[in-house]
Amino acid sequence: MKKGRQAASPPPAGPRDPFSSFSILNSKFHVAAVGLSLAAACGGTPPAERAPAGEGPIVVSAAMSLRQVLVDIGEVYEAEGRGRTAFNFGPANSLARQIIEGAPVDVFVSADEAQMNAAVAAGAMAEETRVDLVSNQLVIIVPADRPERLSSASELAGAAFRRIAVGEPEAVPVGVYAKAYFESIGIWSALAPKIVPVTSVRAALGAVEDGGADAGVVYRTDAALSSRVAVAFEVPVAEGPRIRYVAAVTRASARPDAARAFLAFLAGPEARALFEKSGFVTLTPSRRDEPDAGSRRPEAGSRTGI
Amino acid sequence: MIWQITWLTVSMALVATLIVLPPGVLLAWVLARRQFAGKTFVETVVSLPLVMPPVATGVILLYLVGSRSPIGRALASIGIEVLFTRKAVVMAMAVMSLPLVVRTARAGFEQVSTRYEDIAATLGAGPARIFLTISLPLAWPGVLGGAVLGFSRAVGEFGATVMVAGALPGSTRTLATAIYTFTETGQDREAAVLLAVSVTIAFVALWIANRIGR
Repeated sequence: MKKGRQAASPPPAGPRDPFSSFSILNSKFHVAAVGLSLAAACGGTPPAERAPAGEGPIVVSAAMSLRQVLVDIGEVYEAEGRGRTAFNFGPANSLARQIIEGAPVDVFVSADEAQMNAAVAAGAMAEETRVDLVSNQLVIIVPADRPERLSSASELAGAAFRRIAVGEPEAVPVGVYAKAYFESIGIWSALAPKIVPVTSVRAALGAVEDGGADAGVVYRTDAALSSRVAVAFEVPVAEGPRIRYVAAVTRASARPDAARAFLAFLAGPEARALFEKSGFVTLTPSRRDEPDAGSRRPEAGSRTGI
Repeated sequence: MIWQITWLTVSMALVATLIVLPPGVLLAWVLARRQFAGKTFVETVVSLPLVMPPVATGVILLYLVGSRSPIGRALASIGIEVLFTRKAVVMAMAVMSLPLVVRTARAGFEQVSTRYEDIAATLGAGPARIFLTISLPLAWPGVLGGAVLGFSRAVGEFGATVMVAGALPGSTRTLATAIYTFTETGQDREAAVLLAVSVTIAFVALWIANRIGR
């Protein structure tokens, strides 16, 4: 196992892990270990573990649903000699919490506006750098071995669906979106007892893949990554919640200029093409609010990671 | 990448175990031999990480060393950054393995008759000398067993680690957090390989612990 994905697009050569050199790792580790032991033994001050700012990678905390496309974008960024990136993927709510508590993150990419708003409200983000990146679409998925088509999402209330995997509806963006949609069509209270809240959109995908859930709500881009799930219903964009991936530089960033440069790249044409190839709906600069519903399918060649 | 993740995890777990061992064993001895006010409270607090959801422990640690807490600010003022570094990995591992070290070592001390310690005391040995020359050598299976169990717990630690250290590839991503990321992102093969590594390490460690316990 060397590379975690099989990208159809030509991947740039060279190691993907920014820290993968063993000798560097070892020496860093020894410094850290000795420092820690000293600190523990005699209350001394361990030497600073981090190299002075300037050469390290830009640390990007990003929503789990962006993993494949951001790793691709990071590789292009690095291959063009613009700088190195290190990605920390997780559900946006945890990522926001970490940033608010001062985790050394340079750029935050949230899958919804609520978590970005929370980070902004806590004074953790450089608000003027905030940018809407892309949109997405909700789909209802079922295990591929029992495919079916739903004529409406209301059919989820039927007895055939006993467990429905959804991101935690109060916090995980995909779950918040799903709850908002089900509420808007008036079936949330009927579905609530059947909802299995999970920690991220990928966990919802996994629950349906393994048959633990009879259905799940994920983004279109995630459904396209798995051959073991089938799309049963696409939530029409006009009826669904407004989905926004938003990004901003953190206030705590030690390298705000480099972070801004990466953010500009994320919002730029090269990244835009990669987002589109993965099935994300890109926004025009004038903030087109209605992506064309479901007409653009992700290309097979852009499927990565599975 | 497998080796990098494995080496990082094992070495961090070793460091965490070594850090926890001296205070943990001392605490175990005190709990096994002494009666004092608030003893039950101390026992309970030490055991908390064993029964609390690890993520909850992680959130508490995040608050403690975060930039908004006095501790976090004090550390930052002397140039120590904890969150998202290997220090955070070691911290999470150490906190989670402390209860296992203390409980197992304590059982080890309790199996040793107090007679030898009493005799040593009548011959004029102080508490430190008694601990080092009588109690510790006689209780070594419990101490070693606690160390192995604590190490195994550290290797498998996930919930607290992912909160305070994130999962930065090559930097703070451990076996457990890598398995999580790979599973969540559909990289099943990578996840399976790391699972096998985890099971192997856990099996060997527990096997050793069981051998010692005999």
